[in-house]
Amino acid sequence: MNFETTIGLEVHIELKTNSKIFSPSPVAYGADPNANTNVIDFGYPGVLPTTNKGVVADGIIAALALHATVEQHTHFDRKNYFYPDNPKAYQITQSDKPIGHDGWVEVDVDGVKKKIGISEMHIEEDAGKNTHERDYSYVDLNRQGTPLIEIVSKPDIASPAEAYAYLEALRQRIQFTGISDVKMEEGSMRVDVNISVRPVGQAKFGTKTELKNLNSFNYVQRGLEYEEKRQQQVLMSGGAVQQETRRFDEKTGETILMRVKAGADDYRYFPEPDLPALNISDDWIKELGDAMPEMPTKRRERYVNELGLTDYDAMVITQTKEMSDFFDATVALKADPKMAANYLQGDVNAYLNDNHVDLQATKLTPANLAGMINLISDGTISSKMAKKVFKAITNGEEPKAFVEKNGLVQLSDPAKLQPIIDDVLQSNPQSIEDFNNGKKRAVGFLVGQIMKQTHGQANPQVVNKLLMTALQQ
Amino acid sequence: MNYFKQDLASLHADLVAKKLSAKELTQATFDNIKATDPKIDAFLALNEDAALDQAAKVDAAGIKEDQPLAGIPVAIKDNIVTKDLTTTAASKILTNFNPIYDATVTTKLADAQMITVGKTNMDEFAMGGSTETSAFKQTKNAWDQTKVPGGSSGGSAAAVASGQIVAALGTDTGGSIRQPAAFNGVVGMKPTYGRVSRWGLIAFGSSLDQIGPLTRGVKDNATILSTIAGHDEHDLTSSTQAVPDFAKDLNDATSVKGLRIGLPKEFLADGVDEDVKNAILAAADTYRKLGATVDEVSLPHNKYGVAAYYIIASSEASSNLQRFDGIRYGYRAQDVKNLEDVYVKSRSEGFGDEVKRRIMLGTFSLSAGFYDAYFLKAAKVRTVIINDFKAVLKDHDFIMGPVAPTPAFDLGAEIKDPITMYMNDILTIPVNLAGLPGLSLPAGFSNNLPVGMQLIGRPFDESTLYKAGYAFEQSTDFHLQVPTLGGQN
Repeated sequence: MNFETTIGLEVHIELKTNSKIFSPSPVAYGADPNANTNVIDFGYPGVLPTTNKGVVADGIIAALALHATVEQHTHFDRKNYFYPDNPKAYQITQSDKPIGHDGWVEVDVDGVKKKIGISEMHIEEDAGKNTHERDYSYVDLNRQGTPLIEIVSKPDIASPAEAYAYLEALRQRIQFTGISDVKMEEGSMRVDVNISVRPVGQAKFGTKTELKNLNSFNYVQRGLEYEEKRQQQVLMSGGAVQQETRRFDEKTGETILMRVKAGADDYRYFPEPDLPALNISDDWIKELGDAMPEMPTKRRERYVNELGLTDYDAMVITQTKEMSDFFDATVALKADPKMAANYLQGDVNAYLNDNHVDLQATKLTPANLAGMINLISDGTISSKMAKKVFKAITNGEEPKAFVEKNGLVQLSDPAKLQPIIDDVLQSNPQSIEDFNNGKKRAVGFLVGQIMKQTHGQANPQVVNKLLMTALQQ
Repeated sequence: MNYFKQDLASLHADLVAKKLSAKELTQATFDNIKATDPKIDAFLALNEDAALDQAAKVDAAGIKEDQPLAGIPVAIKDNIVTKDLTTTAASKILTNFNPIYDATVTTKLADAQMITVGKTNMDEFAMGGSTETSAFKQTKNAWDQTKVPGGSSGGSAAAVASGQIVAALGTDTGGSIRQPAAFNGVVGMKPTYGRVSRWGLIAFGSSLDQIGPLTRGVKDNATILSTIAGHDEHDLTSSTQAVPDFAKDLNDATSVKGLRIGLPKEFLADGVDEDVKNAILAAADTYRKLGATVDEVSLPHNKYGVAAYYIIASSEASSNLQRFDGIRYGYRAQDVKNLEDVYVKSRSEGFGDEVKRRIMLGTFSLSAGFYDAYFLKAAKVRTVIINDFKAVLKDHDFIMGPVAPTPAFDLGAEIKDPITMYMNDILTIPVNLAGLPGLSLPAGFSNNLPVGMQLIGRPFDESTLYKAGYAFEQSTDFHLQVPTLGGQN
């Protein structure tokens, strides 16, 4: 039996606003429990929410970034349920008129391009956090009211690899807008997953299961791969897939049954009477759209078509807006694009990984990286010397000044190199004889001697050229 | 002392002239409340120490001509939060709840240097029309202590009517200011939805709730509304409309000359008491004599108002009251085994029957599969009712009619019969559904019980209602009559 797979993803993205979505409390991490709260966050009797306009703007930006239609006449709804981290016992969200709908992102899986549809995205508030210690439970409402955007995919995702690619595309595009950090490891991006399989040709979708505890894109893909196989095996052995929630085990890579769903929850959605409807003007949408940065797909096209980067290089450079902006700024300072791309992917990325920092938190600047690359290009320094220079620019030093101060200038003047070469040749007649007998290794030895004489500052290309001319005379 | 012969202006004059101090006035107010409240049970909490301190401060600072409310006591309905003053909404679930913040209206009254003397009794969470659903006490009608004071602002109305206080705040979701005002023979204004900030009002039906004043006379009412009204950044449903000095133009009875008044035939239909009908017809004649015209008009969908209201208000209430879960504040049940127990037992023990009834009604109306047939349908009926009013108010300056079909009924007479109780609001509910201002004022007596008249205006045109109310007041003497509280005073 052949199967086809349908995957649905609900992605929650935490917005980087200064204050909460419906209260003036700050959005900040690491504060003492319940420090960033007020009477609104606590759901005190008599309090009312007020809408943070910045969150609505972010919702519009997200819709535009994901090619969605902005719903210009929208409102908030209440989703009712009891839980200690939900102080009003309802969440203010959007149900019947989400701020964006019918969007898409393009993914590329093994060279095959595909558009994945987004059915809707809505803005809503996050809940607080419950923790349990010994005999006590604690409620921390610092996170209560943190603005979120929930993005719901259409049933277009047909494989775990596509799910991974979709999440990556979504993460990149949102990251480029600057409305969120979109970091799964920090909880600013969260993913709920459902998956079903059905025999090829069957019109009705199979019964879906939901997966929890997927804390990275990799785990999403691995969890889905396991679950896809499990469901196929259930069906092939004549069984039926249960509607259930399963937990991904990071150690074993398996999914484990958490609970079977007994019928749908009834959240009794209805329009939030405390907040006026939102009327979003054409002008506002245009203003936000005009201010949006160039999206990663556009940048990749430009890097490949105009700057001659490979697809792979372009992809790596556009992982984050910061990296891509850094690259653009470096190239704007006349640095060779290929070299700039190589340095960013190589030495820069290694430096960031070793030090666990983001690019914007370092002392690296496009001016200094471009300065170093230009010194290499014009022969002032060798790529070997550049290792020292790179270390210096990570400390914020200006490359040209550093090179001069440390005497790292490369010796490229033939008039100065010729006497040294002559000297080395005179001292090593055996090597000349070896060369004449066809032993090419002798050249390497001679170059080494010359580099030794010049304390490594000789330009290897110039040395090679002069040496070969001398040897062939 | 009681306030039967005093209004805000005369009290202000006495205070400015130092005939009495704010502290003396406040102390006399407490003395009178303590003497009379055993008969009517209007107050749930008194704020004696803080109020006397506050009054002393006002005295020390001196009361100037441009501070018309400074040093004058006021009472607040118990569903309006008052910082450090117990606020329960007359519910066991908020027993001993001491708010850590002030409602916008109480802040505004404090800014005007009024002295909050206490919190008045009400139906639990403002759900009821007789103040009989209060978890704590039974307020009695100021005119006859065997009758209900009306509700849900029964405590505020009885306190003003019995001379305990010169002004009180009430709240009105379906008639809760106007009906008790009518039952007690005082003036009550339900302002336009959005006129007064709801910040700090413990929500019942969020799209219907409004705070408004209860006073003995129209002018005092206008003064208090001007003080508490206006846009509030804490309440996005509060309007940015400018707030006039409503009392300023209330000088004579001729201001209704040339006005067109609509009298809906549905408001005098079967079920409305004969004495009530006659009082309204007499009031129409009074207005004609003052130079206004009174036309019979029709609000054909008025009869659907009660049904639509009980779905919309209860749906909103079912959601609004979920926060009372025993977790963060208020009543929490003992002997609980798990989280669900905390919720179920706290709420089962903390809420009274009427509140539970409405939570169930609202929860049902919003449930999957019933939402379209109930909540959505009710929302559509609401639009139809709004359009009825629009049509009449297009060529009429305001609408007049009774407040309630009957005067105050006997204590205990209707509390076991919710439908009869709900139908009392048939003439006030549509005004909330349409978000319009409604003024209730004394218009007669039936067997020594007051009969109220309701004036309904265009959105944000409280001015016309106050002018018309003032003109009527100047032409009649109903507002001058006072109850005897079983022989006292």
